[in-house]
Amino acid sequence: MDKHLLSAADLTADDITRVLDTAAHLAKVTDRAIKKVPTLRGRTVCNLFFEDSTRTRISFELAAKRLSADVINFSAKGSSVSKGESLKDTAITLEAMGVDAIVIRHGASGAPWRLAEWVEAVVVNAGDGTHEHPTQALLDLYTMRQRFPSFDGLKVAIVGDVLHSRVARSNVLALTTMGAEVTLVAPPTLLPARVETWGAAVSYDLDAVLPKQDVVMMLRVQLERQRAGFFPSLREYARLYGLDGRRLDAMADHAIVMHPGPMNRGVEIAAEVADSIERSVIADQVANGISVRMALLYLLLGGPTEGFGEPRRGAPMGREVVA
Amino acid sequence: MSDGLEAFLMSGPVTVLDEADVTRALVRIAHEIVERNKGTDGLLVVGIHTRGVPLARRLAAKLGEIEGRQVPAGALDVAMYRDDIGMRPPQATHDTELPFDLAGKVVVLVDDVLYTGRTVRAALDALTDFGRPRAIQLAVLVDRGHRELPLRADYVGKNLPTSPGQAVRVLLAETDGSDGVVIEDTDRKAVAS
Repeated sequence: MDKHLLSAADLTADDITRVLDTAAHLAKVTDRAIKKVPTLRGRTVCNLFFEDSTRTRISFELAAKRLSADVINFSAKGSSVSKGESLKDTAITLEAMGVDAIVIRHGASGAPWRLAEWVEAVVVNAGDGTHEHPTQALLDLYTMRQRFPSFDGLKVAIVGDVLHSRVARSNVLALTTMGAEVTLVAPPTLLPARVETWGAAVSYDLDAVLPKQDVVMMLRVQLERQRAGFFPSLREYARLYGLDGRRLDAMADHAIVMHPGPMNRGVEIAAEVADSIERSVIADQVANGISVRMALLYLLLGGPTEGFGEPRRGAPMGREVVA
Repeated sequence: MSDGLEAFLMSGPVTVLDEADVTRALVRIAHEIVERNKGTDGLLVVGIHTRGVPLARRLAAKLGEIEGRQVPAGALDVAMYRDDIGMRPPQATHDTELPFDLAGKVVVLVDDVLYTGRTVRAALDALTDFGRPRAIQLAVLVDRGHRELPLRADYVGKNLPTSPGQAVRVLLAETDGSDGVVIEDTDRKAVAS
């Protein structure tokens, strides 16, 4: 693995397994009376968030704090970014202040790569535009591994707005690396060009796909997409691609439902499905996010910062990596 | 003592403790623990990952045989408490399993080899995060010297004078297939290869 975590494509199967194993051990820290270990004492992690986020930022913040790192939270609102400061100048400023890791969320796809060129600090991609969200993919894999013994042949459907979803892209990369069989389900307007190069099956018919899946991952529908004409109405979307009680009954008995949050209840997922105690692992995903991010921060910052495992250069999505 | 000296002078791996020696050392340590603590009341045995864990289980079993009542055993991972974090690649993590309250108890910490003392220091910090035992004692199968911290063991299976260029390997049936302690000259091996 690289010094940074920019793309799920940079992670080998061994890297992913190491992250998940370490996360399983670190999860126990959360059960202790003292929910803290001194591992990253004296290290500083900066959460550099140019887009709104609650769960990802808080999850990274808690993860860093449980490892005793100092945390700076930077949000674009109310900062010098609103006075027109560029990403590069912000990066140089943070570097001058001596941060060891920068966790970046940015609206522009590729921003973490630019940042990694400018700074010595470890860069972690916490979501860039419609491109990637590798830590979400890792926590999703961790959650799947809690329920299923192996990824080999595991059938995962990712349903919804694949076109604009960084969660879908990173999940496809990580899941195919681990040997899972991924099916993307969406209306044709919400699938990206050249999706066939992703290494996942593609379907427009949710009802045909559902009964065969072990995992059904629902993606958030961004409501402004309807105004942009990607689908005729929210009601039609919900009817064709929403996961309701009837569709839940069509799923295999052992199958689980995932959602990266925040949910639009009644659109991509019905409330009764989201709250299903037997099927929904959505709350687990949130809890697991902290353990997985602790593992990543430990593995990226706990050594002489050249990453861990064998380096693997990630190629941009849709090219040779997914072949 | 003469075994260690012999090993020091020889190249190649030398077995300094065989299976029977390891068992005898553990039985003696178990009796010393009972004697020192006047029984096994309030005693907990905690092994440091990786090879301290099976050693702790064996010691707890021996203590149980001697006193006729079970002694709880636990496992402690110190990877997150080491003082060399950031100086070498991140160490593998393990599960810490301490299914008991430490408060007021006597914890016998168990490791395979006592060397610089840095692992034991990390273990003392880790234990402190789980509670405040009445006392902590240290049992090791091999003490090879070269301490870098002011620590000593309360129970030692074998004192083994070594040079820093040598590696002491403790082999256990649980992790390596059979029991034994082997000493190797890593400097010469490095030159040879």
